[in-house]
Amino acid sequence: MASNAAVPFWRAAGMTYITYSNICANLVRNCLKEPYKTEALSREKVHFSISKWTDGKPEKPTIRSDSPEE
Amino acid sequence: MFRQASRLLARTTTPWRRSRAFSSDVPATPAQDSSFIESWSKVIPNLDPPKTPSSFMTPRPATPSAIPSKLTVNFVLPYASELSAKEVDMVIVPATTGQMGVLPGHVPTIAELKPGILSVHEGNDVTKYFLSSGFALIHANSVADIIAVEAVPVDRLDPALVQKGLADFTQKLGSATTDLEKAEAQIGVDVHSAMNSAITG
Repeated sequence: MASNAAVPFWRAAGMTYITYSNICANLVRNCLKEPYKTEALSREKVHFSISKWTDGKPEKPTIRSDSPEE
Repeated sequence: MFRQASRLLARTTTPWRRSRAFSSDVPATPAQDSSFIESWSKVIPNLDPPKTPSSFMTPRPATPSAIPSKLTVNFVLPYASELSAKEVDMVIVPATTGQMGVLPGHVPTIAELKPGILSVHEGNDVTKYFLSSGFALIHANSVADIIAVEAVPVDRLDPALVQKGLADFTQKLGSATTDLEKAEAQIGVDVHSAMNSAITG
C-alpha cells in the first residue's frame, strides 16, 4: 500500500508532529512583546539532572538546563 | 390469543426505529459506575461502595435531541486553561484546511490547526488569540475542545520581531541544503507570515 495520502512537508522531512508543534510555539514565544516574552521564556525553562548508571550503580549526576550559565 | 395481540402490535412498530445507534451518538457518561456498584452490593451488602474515578469526574453532557443555542468552548493550553466551559455563539478556528466556523450543532469533527487566529464570538464581543498550532475537537453535544501549545492575544505580538523573523527565515529557506533544514525554514516562514497577517489583518 503506497502512501498516497498527502503528508505534510515536515513529516516528509522526517520530523514528528511534536517537534513541529514545539518549533512553532518557540517561534511565537520569541516574537512576543517585552514583559510577556520574559514570562513565557522563564515558564518554559527546563532544569534537570541526569545520572548514568554503570554496573548497577549510579554515577555522579550532571545538572542540565536550557541556559548555559548554570 | 388476544393476550399476545398487544405484544404483536408493539413488535410491528419497531422496524422504523434504528436498530443500531450511530457511532457518533455519544451517550452521557454516568456519574457512577453502575455495574461496579451492583457487583459490590452482591458481595458486600453492608458497606457503602467506594467512589470510583468516574464519580469524581464531571459527567459528559448528553447529545441533546434539538440543536442547542450556544456552543460550549473549552480552550486549554499546557500551562493554563484560557476558557473553561464558556458558552459562546460561534468560534472560528484556523484549521489546516482553512478558517473553519463552528456553530452549535456542528458535525463532530477533529481538526488539526495551523498557526493562525482563533476568534471567539459572544454576542457582539469578539476575542482573538493567535495560536501556534494544536487541535480542535468538536463533539456531537456542541462542546468544542480547542487545545494549543501557545496562544497569545494578537496585541502581544511585536511587529518588528515578526518582520525580522520573516526576513531571517526567508533567507534561510533560500540557503537550506538538507530536507530537515528546509522543513525548519519553511515552518519559520509559515509561522511568521501567519503572525504578520494576524497583526496587519
